[in-house]
Amino acid sequence: MTRYFTKDHEWIDVDGTSGIVGITDYAQSQLGDITYVDLPAAGSAVKKGDAPCVVDSVKAASDVYSPVSGTIAAANDALGDTPELVNTDPEQGGWLFRIDLSDAAELDGLMDKAAYDAYIAEL
Amino acid sequence: MNAPNTAGWRPELGEAHIAGDETFTGNRALMLDERLIFEIGDASTTGVDIDPAPAAASRLGNLARSEAIGLPGLSEPETVRHYTRLSRQNYGIDLGFFPLGSCTMKHNPRLNEAVARMKGFKDVHPLQPRETVQGALAVIDELAHWLVTLTGMDSVAMSPKAGAHGELCGILAIKAALEARGEDRKVILVPESAHGTNPATAAFAGFSVENIPATEAGRVDLAALKARLGPDVAGVMITNPNTCGLFEPDLKAISDAVHAAGGYVYCDGANFNAIVGKVRPGDLGVDAMHINLHKTFSTPHGGGGPGSGPVVLSAALSPYAPLPYVKREADGSLRLVEEETAADDQPASFGRMVAFHGQMGMFTRALAYILSHGADGLKQVAEDAVLNANYVLRSLEGVLDAPFGHSGPCMHEALFTDDGFAEGFSTLDVAKGLIDEGFHPMTVYFPLVVHGAMLVEPTETESKAALDQFIGALRSVALRAKQGDPALKSAPHFAPRRRLDETLAARKPVLAWKGDKAEG
Amino acid sequence: MRYLPLTPEDRSEMLGVIGAGAIDDLFVDVPAEARLPGPVPGLPLRATEMTVERHFSALARKNKAASDHPFFLGAGAYKHHVPASVDHLIQRGEFLTAYTPYQPEIAQGTLQVLFEFQTQVARLFGCDVANASMYDGSTACWEAIGMAGRVTRRKKAVLSGGLHPHYVSVAKTMARFTGDVLDTATPSLDGTDLERLIGAIDAETSCVVVQYPDVLGRIDDLSPLAAACQAAGALLIAVVTEPVALGAIKAPGEMGADIVVGEGQSLGVGLQFGGPYVGLFATRDKYVRQMPGRLCGETVDATGKRGYVLTLSTREQHIRREKATSNICTNSGLCALAFSIHMTLLGERGLRDLAALNHARAVQTADRLVAIPGVSLVNDSFFNEFTVTLPKPARQIVHDLAAKGVLGGVSLGRLYPGEAALENGLVIAVTEVVTDEDIAALEAALKEVLA
Repeated sequence: MTRYFTKDHEWIDVDGTSGIVGITDYAQSQLGDITYVDLPAAGSAVKKGDAPCVVDSVKAASDVYSPVSGTIAAANDALGDTPELVNTDPEQGGWLFRIDLSDAAELDGLMDKAAYDAYIAEL
Repeated sequence: MNAPNTAGWRPELGEAHIAGDETFTGNRALMLDERLIFEIGDASTTGVDIDPAPAAASRLGNLARSEAIGLPGLSEPETVRHYTRLSRQNYGIDLGFFPLGSCTMKHNPRLNEAVARMKGFKDVHPLQPRETVQGALAVIDELAHWLVTLTGMDSVAMSPKAGAHGELCGILAIKAALEARGEDRKVILVPESAHGTNPATAAFAGFSVENIPATEAGRVDLAALKARLGPDVAGVMITNPNTCGLFEPDLKAISDAVHAAGGYVYCDGANFNAIVGKVRPGDLGVDAMHINLHKTFSTPHGGGGPGSGPVVLSAALSPYAPLPYVKREADGSLRLVEEETAADDQPASFGRMVAFHGQMGMFTRALAYILSHGADGLKQVAEDAVLNANYVLRSLEGVLDAPFGHSGPCMHEALFTDDGFAEGFSTLDVAKGLIDEGFHPMTVYFPLVVHGAMLVEPTETESKAALDQFIGALRSVALRAKQGDPALKSAPHFAPRRRLDETLAARKPVLAWKGDKAEG
Repeated sequence: MRYLPLTPEDRSEMLGVIGAGAIDDLFVDVPAEARLPGPVPGLPLRATEMTVERHFSALARKNKAASDHPFFLGAGAYKHHVPASVDHLIQRGEFLTAYTPYQPEIAQGTLQVLFEFQTQVARLFGCDVANASMYDGSTACWEAIGMAGRVTRRKKAVLSGGLHPHYVSVAKTMARFTGDVLDTATPSLDGTDLERLIGAIDAETSCVVVQYPDVLGRIDDLSPLAAACQAAGALLIAVVTEPVALGAIKAPGEMGADIVVGEGQSLGVGLQFGGPYVGLFATRDKYVRQMPGRLCGETVDATGKRGYVLTLSTREQHIRREKATSNICTNSGLCALAFSIHMTLLGERGLRDLAALNHARAVQTADRLVAIPGVSLVNDSFFNEFTVTLPKPARQIVHDLAAKGVLGGVSLGRLYPGEAALENGLVIAVTEVVTDEDIAALEAALKEVLA
């Protein structure tokens, strides 16, 4: 399994053609207390750069962009009752959705952890 | 029927009370807490005496209500006390200085209230035959004349219910005008500093919204705007004076450029108070502008409405104005133009936006205010509003960062930022500190184009002494934020409530009282 | 000028602090050609309080006030007696001159009222949750159609012929710009259109909109319609223009409506020639995040004390901007307060007694009128409003009645101009303010003008 990062602060764990997407610890720290996650429906098709998911804090609603194209396989239903998981465990238990990739080549443009850390150090 | 007082709340027996600054009841002299009506009322109590219904066979079909509704009642004295106690937990203009930027919290004259309550206005049905409502139609007609003349425009649509509804009216008129030209332009340009209602309105009408950048001086970037104009641009929505409290000196040039490119200019009139009686937006090429009667023309905000948002229109957009409107006949009588005669009177109208004819209760109030001031008084209103804002700006610029202070005078509101506050201290802390000092805070975190915005709009109805007191207080609180006074982080200390947990409210929404249901 | 505290001395001193020579130095950004040399020409100058009051008194006298005449108009706005304490309380400056409660620590009064109002509306409508008010019933109705579109991701709404024609017009105006498809109809005097509505529901239908009681005063059981909507994945929107009716008849929510909207003017607000009124909006818990408008919610403060805040704001325009659920900002706060106070004074018992009195008065009036030759009743059932047909067009009759000092109802000719099948219809509302003498006056005047 390999983890990639986007400039919009999403991460994706890829295993074969299956990916799990969430937002980074840096992103959750910028957003503040997450109050609600609008999750995508399983079966919906998304293109890379679409925003199938929205993360709400008290004063902001932030789009989460899909790092890749594909079909939503599942969403993290635990976030319905405990959206704070995105704050407390953003890069594990606070994952957002699972996606079946349609084009693994899209991963080529994403960052690895070292590149992402360097990227946020500049922000 | 519900059992009385389903919540089961009963006053407790008093015991000797020890704790220093605690009281037995939780009240503090004049500061009285109040429970919910659902906790103190019950289903069998009523505060209204109602005549017994005469005997008559029910004609309700089979739909008579059998289940309890769950609505508690209170006797009249309990009702008066409940709402009087609650009112005392509110801040209002009547109580003190309310410098909420972009909201124009000016004094609400009580003459307005008296006039609106004359039974010939408050007790008239909207569908009465027209010969029985000539006076009410005359109020609408007279106010319309003032609004058209003050703005130098061609006509006014009176029915929109509030500012955002007025924006919708203007944008729909633009869309209808484009349709009439057979054009399908998709884009509305909006400055980054715009009120959130602008992009929301444009999107609702099916336009896509593109931002136009601002200059260093906080104004619309004319060159960037011109570069974006083209056959896909329906128009621009510009607030003038803008949300940074600055006049857009290029508005006429913007209008000319937009018109030359086939678009229309919508002006958000939320800040009209700065220029009322001094400048006519019609002279600057505006095609549509809403006027918040609850801002510029002193109708009360009422804790969040009702508003009223008439929209003045240029000759180019007037044919598309919504129904209904008041028309004067050759014999001098007034009538409403509604769907029935629209084909003759207003064939291109985009239609009806609302049942009936608009916010009559706000029209009477606004007209009473306008007539009281007259054309000369309204000019003085704008001048004093701008004078007061500049006085606040210059009196505080040594203490607070004024991002556009260097670029000349402001209009009716002064903008500051959180630049220079101690680590961990924010605009929010300053706002909460002002509450403890007895003021309503200014608008915070808007506009979004500067960091930690504080937008101070004093209005013209404040005395110099009131301004000086506020300046002193804001200076003191700002210095505490700069020095990092920890007590400021937990302000307010003296309000009816300390800081409220908005995260909890949003994560676990409790939007209705369900105390009785939880037990059942 | 009495509203302006600054003195000439203040002004010059303040200009000195600013470093400006004259007031116009502060208007330097206004292009010279747009600066007016003096007051806007063609308008009168300032006036005293007494002068203004006289002007309005003269205009007010040109109107026939409902309380001065036998009065039977309804059709979306109803005259009820409003207890004096309601108007007293809403004029307290802390309510009247407050802003939207963005600083909750000093707005708990407004916020607790909104929480109580939301609960009252939700219970009255038989729903889980209500918002803090909309502009009025007609705009709330369109907002509900828009919300049903967001929930179902469909764009076809089926509107009952019994829906108030102004509400239909508003929806048509908006739909023209949003691309929603509306299936509409004019009402029939032969019966309501439940069957048409059920037959029109298909896989593209986002919602069915039905008024309860309908514009002619008829009351239908909505349960079969709710079931049909549910089976097709569409939402049922019920519109209530007379909330007092729900003291006597079942709540739409109880019958399965998914969204219930209404006009709250009946309670506390008064006629006011059409506005300001107060839009009511309620729905199921599961749709709350698709709701338009402000919401007040319960929370605690830093010391654990219960308090209230505006919440779920990320639905709204000031945060979501072009992706907001609605562009609404200002709502109808003070009218919501008036509604809530009146409802608190009534309580469940008062509301039921008031509704019973309204219904009985309406039944009495209907029985008297149908005894007049040529007058017949359209309704099988009604609450406090019913429709009669006359032997000639009702529109002129309304003017003739007014000439006799009786404000006798709303003609269907006014509501549906050009609809020949409806032109003899007269909609008559009868509330608790109607006396025996008023009924006799209407009866006598109608006999005369029909003779």
